[in-house]
Amino acid sequence: MNDLSFVRTEMLPERDPPPSTTGVIGWLRKNMFDGVWNTLLTIASIGLIVWVLGHILPWIWSPTWNAGSLDQCREIVGASGKASGACWGVIHERWPQMLYGFYPAELRLRPTLAFFLLFIALIPVLFNMISRRMNWFLLALVLFVATFFTASSALMIVVQIVLAAAVLYIGYTLVANSGSDRAEQIAAGARRLPNPLIFTALYVFLMPWLLWGGTIWTPVGAALGFVIGWLVFRLLAPVLGTLTAIILAFAAPVLWWLLLNGLFASAMHAILPFGLEPVESRQFGGLLLSVTIGVTAIAVSLPMGIVLALGRQSDLVIVKSLSVIFIEFIRGVPLITLLFVASVLLNIFLPPGTDFDIILRVIIMATVFASAYMAEVIRGGLAALPKGQYEAADALGLDYWKAQRLIIMPQALKISIPGIVSTFIGLFKDTTLVSIIGLLDPVGLSNSIRADTNWNGIVWELYGFIALLFFIFTFSMSRYSMYLERRLRTDHR
Amino acid sequence: MTTLTDPPKESFRLSMLIYDSRYRSMTIQIVALIAVLTLIGWLISNTAQNLADLGKQPSFSFLGESAGYDINQRLIDYENQDSHLRAAFVGLLNTLLVAFMGCIAATLVGVFVGVLRLSNNWVVARLMTIYVEMFRNVPVLLWIILVMAILIETLPAPRAFRGETPEASMMLGDSVAFTNRGFYVPEPLFSRGIGDVHLFGEAALRFDVSLDLIAVVATFIAGLLISGLITRRADRIQAATGDRPRTWHWKAAVIVIPTVAVLAILGFYLGKPELQGFNFAGGTHMRNSLIALWLALSLYTAAFIAEIVRAGILAISKGQTEAAAALGLRQRRIMSLVVLPQALRVIIPPLISQYLNLTKNSSLAIAVGYMDITGTLMGITLNQTGRELETILIGMLIYLTISLTISFVMNLYNDAVKLRER
Repeated sequence: MNDLSFVRTEMLPERDPPPSTTGVIGWLRKNMFDGVWNTLLTIASIGLIVWVLGHILPWIWSPTWNAGSLDQCREIVGASGKASGACWGVIHERWPQMLYGFYPAELRLRPTLAFFLLFIALIPVLFNMISRRMNWFLLALVLFVATFFTASSALMIVVQIVLAAAVLYIGYTLVANSGSDRAEQIAAGARRLPNPLIFTALYVFLMPWLLWGGTIWTPVGAALGFVIGWLVFRLLAPVLGTLTAIILAFAAPVLWWLLLNGLFASAMHAILPFGLEPVESRQFGGLLLSVTIGVTAIAVSLPMGIVLALGRQSDLVIVKSLSVIFIEFIRGVPLITLLFVASVLLNIFLPPGTDFDIILRVIIMATVFASAYMAEVIRGGLAALPKGQYEAADALGLDYWKAQRLIIMPQALKISIPGIVSTFIGLFKDTTLVSIIGLLDPVGLSNSIRADTNWNGIVWELYGFIALLFFIFTFSMSRYSMYLERRLRTDHR
Repeated sequence: MTTLTDPPKESFRLSMLIYDSRYRSMTIQIVALIAVLTLIGWLISNTAQNLADLGKQPSFSFLGESAGYDINQRLIDYENQDSHLRAAFVGLLNTLLVAFMGCIAATLVGVFVGVLRLSNNWVVARLMTIYVEMFRNVPVLLWIILVMAILIETLPAPRAFRGETPEASMMLGDSVAFTNRGFYVPEPLFSRGIGDVHLFGEAALRFDVSLDLIAVVATFIAGLLISGLITRRADRIQAATGDRPRTWHWKAAVIVIPTVAVLAILGFYLGKPELQGFNFAGGTHMRNSLIALWLALSLYTAAFIAEIVRAGILAISKGQTEAAAALGLRQRRIMSLVVLPQALRVIIPPLISQYLNLTKNSSLAIAVGYMDITGTLMGITLNQTGRELETILIGMLIYLTISLTISFVMNLYNDAVKLRER
C-alpha cells in the first residue's frame, strides 16, 4: 500500500568536507580568525611582529664586521645612509676572549677538545640509542681531528696513524654491520667493543688535566686512589669482614690522596716526564669559565645530593635534622652571599696558610649550593616512588644499601633526571654571578669591553651575543630534558 | 608438660653496636654527629686562629659606628651620619620593596602569559612561547644589566625636558617623567593629614608610619570585608530561593564611597614632579637602578610563572570542565568555580618557590648599584669596616629569615586551599 515511501538502496559516495574547514584556509580560520576577538588579536600580534622585525632586521644587517672601534662603525653605518646599525666589529675582535678568557691562545685546543670530549663522555649516560661502536667511532674521530691542530712531531704522526686506523676500522664495521641484527653478529663471532662508560670514568680525570695542564701523573695518581680503595676492599673483605673492609676502603684512598699522591706524581714525573704546559686558574675566563664551574659543580653535587636526600628521608633523627638544616640554610640564602663567602671568607675558615685560588673556591661554593638543590630534586624522585617499591625491597630481604642500590635509586634517579637537568640549567645561568666578585666570565668581560675607549657605548651587540651564547646552551639542554621526559614515560597516559 | 622459658638473656657486647640493628642506628647517628661537630669545631678553631693572626676580634660594635656613605634610593630617612645598622635597615627595606613589587608584577605578567600560551590563537600562543623561552634561557643578571643599559642609553636626560620646544615631554598630563636618571612619578600627599607616628624614637631602627595611609588602607579593607558579607548574604538568598540578587552596585558602593570620603576628608592630592633647573623636584623619584632591577626580575620570573600557570591549568582534566558544563554552569563560572580552585592547588607550591627565587635574585641589585641589603651591609659596610665574617653572617641570616617567613606564610595559604582528603 504504502508505495510512496522511498528507501535508498545504495550508499552515497563520501563527500569532501567543506573547503573552508580544511587545508590552509580551514587551519587559518580555526587557529587565527576564529571570531572577532581572535581576529583582532591575530592582527595586533602580526602587527607587533612586523614592527619589531622591521626595526631589528635592518639594524642587524650592517656591514661592520671589520670595524676597529665604535666610531668606525658609525662611519660605515652613516655612509650606508641608515639611521642606526649594529656594530659587529666588537664581536669580531673579542669573541675568542668571550669564549676562552685569557687562556693562552696557542693552548686553546685543549679546552675545545675537553668540551667536545665531554659530550662523548656523556653520550652513554644521556642517550641510550647510540651503539657502543658509534660511541667509540665518535671518540676516535674527535681525537683524530684534534691531532691536526697540534704541532707536528714524530710522536704525533704515529698517534695520527693509529687514530686514523681506529676510525677506519670502527667506521668499516659500523657500515658493514649496519643491516644485520646485533645478536646475529655476536653469534657469528663479532667481538663486543668495551663499554664506553670506561671513557666516561676516565674523562673525570682527563678533563682537569686538559684544562689545567701539568704532569699527567697527578690525574693518574688520583685515579689510582680509587683502584687502591677497590683493591683494599676486595683483599680485606674476606679477612676482616665487610664493614671493616668498607671503612678501610674509604680511609685508604683518602690517605693516599692527602699524603702520598703528590710524592707519587713528582717521583713518576722525574722518571717519565710527560705533561702539558700548566695554565693558571686566573687565566680562565669567558664561557670556558662558566662551563668549567657549571659542569664541575653539577658533577660533584650529584653524589652529595644523593647522600643529603637519603639523609633527609631517613629515620635517623640526628642525620635527618643535620641534612634538613644544611639544605634549608643553603636554599634560603642567595648564591651571591655564598660567592662572597668564597671570595672573602673561605680562606679564613681553612687552616692558616692554605691558599686556594679563587676559581677553586668558587667551584667549592657552587658545588655546595648545587648539592642542596640537587638533594631536593632527588628527594622529589624518592617521594614519587610508590611505597610498594620500598616494601617489595624489604620483602626480598634486601638490606638498606642493597635496596637503595638495586631498587630505589635507579627508579628515583630516572624520575628526577628532568629536575637534575633544570638544576643544571639554573646553575649554568647562575655562573654569571661570578662576575660580581670580579671573575671574568662573559658578563665580567663585557664590563671591561664596555670600559674600553674603542667600544665605549656598545650595548645591544655585546649583551645580545652573550645572551645568544647562553641561550644556545640552556635551550638545547631544556629540549633534551623534554626529550628525556618523553622517553622515560613508561606509563600509558 | 612443656614449659615456656625466656630466651637466654643476651649480654651486651661491643660488636652489637655495629651488627645489631637495635643499636646500629644509634651508633651511626652518634658517629655522624661527632664527625659534623668535629668539622665545625675545626672550622671554628681555624677561623679563630686566622682572625687572631689578622688582629681582628669578632665584634658587632661596628654596627653602631657612623656609616658615612649615602644611599640614594630609600624609603625612610637616612643621613650619612647614621649608623651602619641604620644603613643596613634602609637596605633591608629596599630589598623588601623590590621583592614585593617584583612578586606582584611577575604574577600579573606570568598569569597573563600563561593563559595566553594556551590560547587557540596560533600566533598569540607562539608569541608567548617566544617570550617564555627568551627570558627563561638567558641569565637574569644579563637581563638586569641589559635593562639598566637600555634605560640609560635610550631615555632622555632631564635637561631634554627644558626649553620652549623640549625634545622630550612628560606623560599622563604632565605628571610622569621617564628620564635616564629614573622615573619621576607623583607622590600621594595629604593637605589635612593627621600626621605620622614615630616608632622607636631615635634608635637605628626608627621609622615613621603615616596615619593617613593607615586610615585609607583600613577603610578600604573594611569595605572589602563588608562586600564579602554582601556576597555571603547573596549566597544565602540564592540557596533559599534560587534567585541571586544583583549585588555588584552595592559592593562597589561600600568599597569606593567610604575610601573616597576618607581621602577627601584628609585632603588627598598628588604632588607632581616639576622641572627645576636641570632636574626634577617633587614627586617620587624611582631611580633607574630600581626600575631596571624590578623590570628584569619581574619579566624573568614571569616566564617561569607562566609555565607554572600553564601546567596548572593543563593538569585539570577535561572531564571537570565538561562536568561543569553538563551542570549548566556558564563559561565564566566554570573557570572561577571549577577550574581555577583546582588549578590553584597545583600552581601555588611552585609559585612560592618562584617568589623565593625572586627575593633571592634581588640580591643581584649590586650589579646595577641599587642599595639593597647586599649593597649596603655586604657591600659598602663590609668594605669600609673590613668585618667580612660579621657582615656576611648577618646578611645570610636576614635572607634566611625572609625566605623562611615567605615560605611559612605561603604554606599557610597552601594549607588553606589544599584538598581535604578524608
